[in-house]
Amino acid sequence: MSKALIDIIKQKFPADVLESHSQRGDDTVVVYAARWKDIARFLKDDPRADMSMLIDLTAVDYPERTPRFEVVAHLYSLSKGHRLRLKARVGDQAGTSVEIDSVADLWASANWAERECWDMFGVRFKGHPDLRRILLYPEFEGHPLRKDYPADRIQPLVPYREVPNVDKVAPFRADEGMSFGRQTFASGPSTDDDDVN
Amino acid sequence: MGALKETSPDVLATGAGEGFVTTKFNDLLAWAQKYSLFMYPFVTACCGMEFMAVSSPRYDFSRFGSEAPRFSPRQSDLLWVVGTIVQRQAPILRRIYEQLAEPKWVLAFGTCASCGGFYDNYACVAGVDKIIPCDIYVPGCPPRPEAVLDGLMLLQDKIQRGDRRPAIVKPRADPAQDQSLGLVQLRRSSTRPAV
Repeated sequence: MSKALIDIIKQKFPADVLESHSQRGDDTVVVYAARWKDIARFLKDDPRADMSMLIDLTAVDYPERTPRFEVVAHLYSLSKGHRLRLKARVGDQAGTSVEIDSVADLWASANWAERECWDMFGVRFKGHPDLRRILLYPEFEGHPLRKDYPADRIQPLVPYREVPNVDKVAPFRADEGMSFGRQTFASGPSTDDDDVN
Repeated sequence: MGALKETSPDVLATGAGEGFVTTKFNDLLAWAQKYSLFMYPFVTACCGMEFMAVSSPRYDFSRFGSEAPRFSPRQSDLLWVVGTIVQRQAPILRRIYEQLAEPKWVLAFGTCASCGGFYDNYACVAGVDKIIPCDIYVPGCPPRPEAVLDGLMLLQDKIQRGDRRPAIVKPRADPAQDQSLGLVQLRRSSTRPAV
């Protein structure tokens, strides 16, 4: 159905479509990042496409590729009932200059989606009205969904308590505390710690 | 306490009459404290559903004198941390804890509040004991209401005994020790019977 939609894009922007893919209603167009916004605007305004709704906008990190990131937008037409996945590849290997045009003025739902995308992947959306972190806190350094963010790196806002063995919860014994537990051991609480859980 | 009204000299001998009770003051205080826990529910995640279940009539923890929620920490002494605590919420939880009236207790409800569970990532605090002292850990994802009631009774037991060491709620029966399942039995103390 929307294979026709891919053809419309290819017809309108013959030099800007990198690749396309269509299988069982799963239609994807990969375009040049420089024409991201033009193509998005065309898809929104053209009566044949009429993409009135931006379902989601996110990114994927492919650390082995150049450009490294792929920005993905899922579009839906409320009137036509067809969907399209629009992708663009941006960014260098270091991930320092990852930029693409914002589509927040086309679809209001892109506002928060692009903020989340900036928060998690560090994709900078040019022309976004208010590009701040949306989920994490301003003190956070780095972008946690990038593949090079260390999996065990945490950035606490309050210092952790200085308690020895804080990684392990308290020295619990099998007979600790509960009345029915104590009843099990007629001799009362023991002192050996051989089966501390 | 002492004599309630005028008592005749033979009350002690016969046990009759108005009667009186002797106790240690600390025991009396602990007895009063453990049955008047004013809770502050710090509910952040899905464990909140289980918290609602345990506070509603079917399980009803008001039977244990702890049903009165106070949504100001200055009027409560038991902090229920129910659900995942993210780093962004940690300063809020810390402040709530500091504002609680003394004496104060903390109950970590569920695996996330106890140790972070599987949220071992950039966003979450791996257990509220990383930022505030914690008295009772109730494991489970979410815990059964019975486990929560066990935790509450455990806390009352500890208040009565004046014991501030942290404690964990253990399952009443460990299915892994069911002999009929034929599972491999792990390390077991030789000096004590299995629970």
